[in-house]
Amino acid sequence: MAKRIGIEVSLAVAEAVKLADTDVIAAYPITPQTHIVEHLSELVADGSLDAAYIPVESEHSAMSSCLGSSAAGARTFTATSSQGLALMNEMIYIAPVLRTPIVLAIANRALSAPINIWNDHSDIMSVRDAGWICLFAENGQESLDLTLISFRVAEDPKVSLPVSLNLDGFTLSHFIEPIEIPDKETVDKFLPPFVPCFKLDIKAPMSLGLLGGPEYYTESRKATDDALLASKTVIKKAFAEFNDVFGRQYNVVESYQAKDAETIVLAMGSISETAMTAVDELRAQGKKVGIVRLRLWRPLPIEEIVEAVGHAKNLAVIDRHLVLGAPYGPVGLEMMSVFYSASQKPNISNFVLGLGGRDVTRDDFKYIFDRAAAQQGQTRYEIVGVLE
Amino acid sequence: MASQDASGITIMSMLEIRFHGRGGQGAVTSAELMAQTAIGMGKYAQAFPSFGPERRGAPVTAFLRISDSPIRIREKVYEPNVVVVLDPTVMNVTKVDQGLKPDGLLLINTHQSEEQIRNRYGFTQKISTIDAVKIALEELKVPITNTVMLGAFSKVLGQATLKDVEEPFTHRFGGALAVKNLAAFKRAYEETKGVA
Repeated sequence: MAKRIGIEVSLAVAEAVKLADTDVIAAYPITPQTHIVEHLSELVADGSLDAAYIPVESEHSAMSSCLGSSAAGARTFTATSSQGLALMNEMIYIAPVLRTPIVLAIANRALSAPINIWNDHSDIMSVRDAGWICLFAENGQESLDLTLISFRVAEDPKVSLPVSLNLDGFTLSHFIEPIEIPDKETVDKFLPPFVPCFKLDIKAPMSLGLLGGPEYYTESRKATDDALLASKTVIKKAFAEFNDVFGRQYNVVESYQAKDAETIVLAMGSISETAMTAVDELRAQGKKVGIVRLRLWRPLPIEEIVEAVGHAKNLAVIDRHLVLGAPYGPVGLEMMSVFYSASQKPNISNFVLGLGGRDVTRDDFKYIFDRAAAQQGQTRYEIVGVLE
Repeated sequence: MASQDASGITIMSMLEIRFHGRGGQGAVTSAELMAQTAIGMGKYAQAFPSFGPERRGAPVTAFLRISDSPIRIREKVYEPNVVVVLDPTVMNVTKVDQGLKPDGLLLINTHQSEEQIRNRYGFTQKISTIDAVKIALEELKVPITNTVMLGAFSKVLGQATLKDVEEPFTHRFGGALAVKNLAAFKRAYEETKGVA
């Protein structure tokens, strides 16, 4: 087994991109993602990664370059955050329909305004409908592991879709923690070279990204959605094979102390670890509480969610993003729709917290567990700890 | 779970530390190097800065957790066991003992005595002082106190020895600078006074 070393999570992600033999990195630096591409530029410059590093002039160009290189058959990576993802938006929507298996690490950060460099999930939620597979990491080891898994899933011929790996800005990207960096031989066992289903080739010319008029647009969108929904099977298979090689099992939905829990918190990302510790402390007081985490956000793993939380008396859904003008946050809304037609369903409530880097503590979760169990029929999200 | 460390402070299975300094003095580096040292020793640790726009000279906070088992918590450190002050002037603008456990410890870079510090700031917890600027100027020729403070920290809390920091220091500083920082660590380790 590889030795654990103390390394910043951003650098570990960059090391994974190196171990994946990535061909092209096109990126523009933005806090808190910068350390990832900074380290990659060093690895390319010192010759330890044989890749083309394209220092573009904007995120719009970064994703445009990624589209081109991925369509030409190159294993392609970029990373961004917040406003950078917003500037990519136009190209973000194109990648899934062109079926370009780009891997994008997002060090999640709040969208402006007010301008804020800290962590929440407003950036990824702004592109949740674009057709990308969305994975969430909880800690540094997962950030590295899921980087490798992202390439594997994206490039699977049955999938051929872009993947966004979400790791919380600062709370993950800037933490130094123990991480096992695998050796190249082990990574090679899990991640084969990229063999594109089709590619731009001057010897066999083809066009990508043509006009899709009323006759084709609907079908193109539907075909992409079908591919995205079907990717769940491949993702689960990749998780199983990752476990075979590395001995770490991931699942699209993961539970902690949830089987016999009366009240379950459902969350995504790095706050889940703090939530687990809160669960430990509440369990010690005899409270039947648990946590369920979505590792896969897109495609939404509906069956697995129902199986994991359907038995609970109360379900508290966490959102790290405020949908202005709507009754619930994005995750809250989806859980309501998942259970809308179910005959037996939990009492669902929606809590928004940790916006723009506000610290998320064990006490926040203890409040949420109590509050979710005490109230029925919440009609609007509640922001935890908002000053009014 | 609880154990007595070298200073006689009771430490639960996880040690939580908060570093106070000014931008450029290495508070963040201190936390990072100590985390890497502990991880190199087979323990679990995490280090992270209090994220904000970094400005040279402005008060900076960094956090460190060290544990024998995996750490599953990512909130800031609110009730530290130990507070490390890299720059004594920070104590004039920041309440550095905020949330410090009653049986906790303040490790302070100052040329003043424990008694002088206690009288001036009213700290009720244990205090250990070291004139880190003096050692840094003599060993490193610059008033950057991070590795000196780690030497004092390691001595008082029994967390690491010179041998344990060799690899992380060499990795971080490289060559001649690593040698100087190891010398600074060693001197602080040897000269650190007891806990008052």
